[in-house]
Amino acid sequence: MSGESRKFEFSPENMERAKAHVAKYPDGRQASAVLPLLDLAQRQNGGWVSRQAMAHIAGLLGMAEIRVYEVATFYTMVNLEPVGKYLIQLCRTTTCWLCGSDELRDACADVLGIGVGESTADGMFTLIEVECLGACVNAPMAQINDDFYEDLSAARLKEILAMLRRGEQPPTGSQSGRQTSAPASGATTLLDSGSA
Amino acid sequence: MLKDSDRVFTNLYGAHDWRLEGARARGAWDGTAALIANGHDWVVDQVKESGLRGRGGAGFPSGLKFSFMPKEADPRRPHYLIVNADESEPGTCKDRDIMRHDPHILIEGCLLAAFAIRAQAAYIYIRGEFFREAQNLQIAIDEAYAAGLIGKNASGSGWDFDLYVHRGAGAYICGEETGLLESLEGKPGRPRLKPPFPAGAGLYGCPSTVNNVETISVVPAILKRGPEWFAGLGRPKNTGNKLFCISGHVNQPCNVEEEMSIPLRELIDKHAGGVRGGWDNLLAVIPGGASVPLLPKSVCDDVLMDFDSLIAEKSGLGTAGVIVMDKSTDVVEAIARLSHFYMHESCGQCTPCREGTGWVYRMMQRMVGGDASVEDIDLLWDVVGQIEGHTICALGDAAAWPVQGLIRHFRDELEQRILARHGIAKDAGAPRAA
Ligand code: FES
Repeated sequence: MSGESRKFEFSPENMERAKAHVAKYPDGRQASAVLPLLDLAQRQNGGWVSRQAMAHIAGLLGMAEIRVYEVATFYTMVNLEPVGKYLIQLCRTTTCWLCGSDELRDACADVLGIGVGESTADGMFTLIEVECLGACVNAPMAQINDDFYEDLSAARLKEILAMLRRGEQPPTGSQSGRQTSAPASGATTLLDSGSA
Repeated sequence: MLKDSDRVFTNLYGAHDWRLEGARARGAWDGTAALIANGHDWVVDQVKESGLRGRGGAGFPSGLKFSFMPKEADPRRPHYLIVNADESEPGTCKDRDIMRHDPHILIEGCLLAAFAIRAQAAYIYIRGEFFREAQNLQIAIDEAYAAGLIGKNASGSGWDFDLYVHRGAGAYICGEETGLLESLEGKPGRPRLKPPFPAGAGLYGCPSTVNNVETISVVPAILKRGPEWFAGLGRPKNTGNKLFCISGHVNQPCNVEEEMSIPLRELIDKHAGGVRGGWDNLLAVIPGGASVPLLPKSVCDDVLMDFDSLIAEKSGLGTAGVIVMDKSTDVVEAIARLSHFYMHESCGQCTPCREGTGWVYRMMQRMVGGDASVEDIDLLWDVVGQIEGHTICALGDAAAWPVQGLIRHFRDELEQRILARHGIAKDAGAPRAA
């Protein structure tokens, strides 16, 4: 793990958020808040969780450090190494693959010059392949940071990456212009009251 | 086809206002206190009579599951309702639409189901990647608190009820109910040995019921419209409305609410624009999410989409995630991708699953290129059989079934690849392992 010397403490705002998470669980069950706190720490720390952050969380929740570490290593969304400003999670599971996820991977290689598991030298992008993200009727798709980009083509993904590089926020969700998970030519149900 | 007047998910695609005002206009939160006034057991009985079976994959009767909870809540061991919103079964994306487009029907369902099992608190465990969906859900929960619909004296019913959203962090195994409970307690999501079942000792060792999002979301409609309405849809023991996710090689992939027991072909033709290239271009369908065995076209021609008809075809309704593959599909690679999925998602505590899923994936990769012997097909069959039924949770079974389906229906394809790789024509005899 890198960044061993970095100190970590929640910012005052995040400390408030952390307390609100802990308050969701019964007295003595504050360990339940470990995932929400790891998420907060990751956001504050630029996309990854350091040993120091885990120690800080362990202290706050009264857990042994090793328990926090055990949790952090079990869940794929907890990054234990620095990642790019934009973390591209490309779905590789069967439906997305049937619909062309390999071309999306090639598109990333084309425009970013990186393969799966790699980051661009400027620290802007990290590309990983992940398993089904739960948006299969809008395959193929990728998650970039908190947002889903669905019904992707290689060309559209390239445009999205270019927009991100320019500091623009691309529209999220379906990129083919359809209404979320409805059939592309319009809903087949509830036709009297407009689309369902 | 389900009549529009029978639909529960009337904002499935998010074309309308998903917040409290919009939800109320669609009938949410209407007469909730009056339903609660009928008592805990009335709610359980209505759900039993409706025939509702769990929508998360296993299809267990929901009313019966509710009735496993103790009849008196011991204040030292409070009851919990846990909503499984860890939607991660490949092919499945229906709960997502409920949470982002109609969260209030889920929240009202939480209150009613929690009341049924005498729980005053519920947690919705949502997969971490559904960040935006969790935001909508939290906004809707805040609205419900502010309007007095949940919280102290929820909806004026006299029942106190708190509801929390808990985000996961990327682990399919947390969709297994006891893996979920472990995760909610702040631990790795390793499934527990059962018994005890959650109704006896669940979250924090307290009596708990874990239900899928869609299951909980139809409870208000069952209570308001009556169990006979729900039971009148579909076939006996396979009742109600159902959300289907139709993905892959169809002209118009989509989610849709339909009647249980709709013929698969009708589902695909009516709502998903038909199979790409026409029905005759169909190769196979995985009818219920990654875990269930695929069906070859000959079965798809007239199979009904419900629990019992799909079991009869050695598959399952599962989550009703329908993955369609046309004739251009490399079906071996399609299933090998699923083997990769199970290898990746095995929590690692049971040896047959931890070691077996990796072995199966490596063998499946060889099958893709035919780099195996014909005996290896039998060996693969044998190994998945040794994973199935030999693990704490059902992930081992789920890893076995897609491979079994492939061998059952596409053994010829596997053999041909092996023969082609060895440069032998099919009728010249198969290469045997030395
Ligand atoms: S397979 Fe890619 S989102 Fe489900």
